[in-house]
Amino acid sequence: MPRVGVLALQGDVREHTSMLERVGADVVAVRTPDHLDDLDGLVLPGGESTTMAYLLTTSGLRPGLAKRIDDGLSVFGTCAGLILLAHEILDGRSDQWSFDVLPLSVRRNGYGRQISSFETNVDVKGVGEVRGVFIRAPKIETWSEELEILASHDHGDGDHPVLVRHETLWGCSFHPELTNDDRVHRLFVDAL
Amino acid sequence: MSSTHDPSTIGSALVKRGLADMLRGGVIMDVVNPEQARIAEDSGAVAVMALERVPSDIRRDGGVARMSDPEMIHEIQAAVTIPVMAKARIGHFAEAQILEALDVDYIDESEVLTPADEEHHIDKWAFTVPFVCGATNLGEALRRIGEGACLIRSKGEAGTGNVVEAVRHLRTINAQLRRLHSADASELFALAKDLQAPLALVQEVATTGKLPVPLFCAGGISTPADASLVLQLGAEAIFVGSGIFKSDDPERMAKAIVEAATHYRDAHVVAKVSTGLGAAMKGIETASLEQRLAERGW
Repeated sequence: MPRVGVLALQGDVREHTSMLERVGADVVAVRTPDHLDDLDGLVLPGGESTTMAYLLTTSGLRPGLAKRIDDGLSVFGTCAGLILLAHEILDGRSDQWSFDVLPLSVRRNGYGRQISSFETNVDVKGVGEVRGVFIRAPKIETWSEELEILASHDHGDGDHPVLVRHETLWGCSFHPELTNDDRVHRLFVDAL
Repeated sequence: MSSTHDPSTIGSALVKRGLADMLRGGVIMDVVNPEQARIAEDSGAVAVMALERVPSDIRRDGGVARMSDPEMIHEIQAAVTIPVMAKARIGHFAEAQILEALDVDYIDESEVLTPADEEHHIDKWAFTVPFVCGATNLGEALRRIGEGACLIRSKGEAGTGNVVEAVRHLRTINAQLRRLHSADASELFALAKDLQAPLALVQEVATTGKLPVPLFCAGGISTPADASLVLQLGAEAIFVGSGIFKSDDPERMAKAIVEAATHYRDAHVVAKVSTGLGAAMKGIETASLEQRLAERGW
């Protein structure tokens, strides 16, 4: 049984935990550096990226997690988690840092403020159609050709990737954990 | 069920409640200007509540408390990247329409402002923007959810720095949830009548044992220990009003409460962040209050 952490500093930790348990993972809530030991994978949940970035620093998790990612830990970032993994953050705070490991730029609230938040059907490679829930979602604006695009969505301005993979790192603009459909989580856990 | 979905939908219950889910474990801070909003964001707030006066000043000044000036809301929206909430008076759907037009991320239909309607709350289903409402007990929470609220908060006495009322509301709601969860299906009709709540919601809650929307805590939270207390009592996030910007060192207090909210079960962390914080806001014993805000709304 793969041992998968969920970064449990803030955000929709409970939904990710329940999805991961459904697809057969042994789930660990990660709040301190020692919680990173022996993980096969880690989910960075939805929430506020500025809050998580702040708490990653105060909890002492940031350097240890950066090293684990560097050593090849599989990480799946949804929404705020995608922002934390991105190479470049647009419209963020001027001092906002990220782990800078996914070769893409992402615009915070790129799909608009809450009133523009939406759900739509998204076709995921190897899975089929899932309900994509986009909440003040980050938009992937530019990306490297090396990036594997598992799903895209055209929100009136051409196709933008919404679920991507680069080696052991996965990023998602929407919230598969907020639906009842566990297939995206299964895809991640099966790849561990 | 995907065939029943529109290709793309805004303002669905999932999208509205989803934002509240994203705020869980976090601290939402009352701010009255862009400088305070930036301090809140710097300190790890998950959202800010933009208002002209914090509740303790509203209490002190008296008079009619209304929706904030749109200019101030715009300035705060421009100052931070986190969600910006704002308050409308109970029943004042025109203020809510204005706040929606201003693109605020959440509207608090709040007893902290002077109620505009003594009988009807806002029909929150009519809006795309989500609403949070206060509740002192389960019946009140379910009435608000029936009207379309996507997030419930306790209705502790705002502006007092005294957490006792918020604790009462959380304990009451949780005790009533347990009572419903253990009730026989045939008892639910009478329980719905007692709670004065919609039967369908009472039946849903009896099955799941929890509210269909997140439950946050508001009212009187002034220290990291208060944050830990209400989160251990089952609140999923906290609103802090006067408690931060009426303390001796707001930035330090803000950061301490944020860390306490994350590590609320770890007393060592809460002890560390509580050390040398300076004075919390002075506070008011609630028995001495002339105006109890929690009695506004019904």
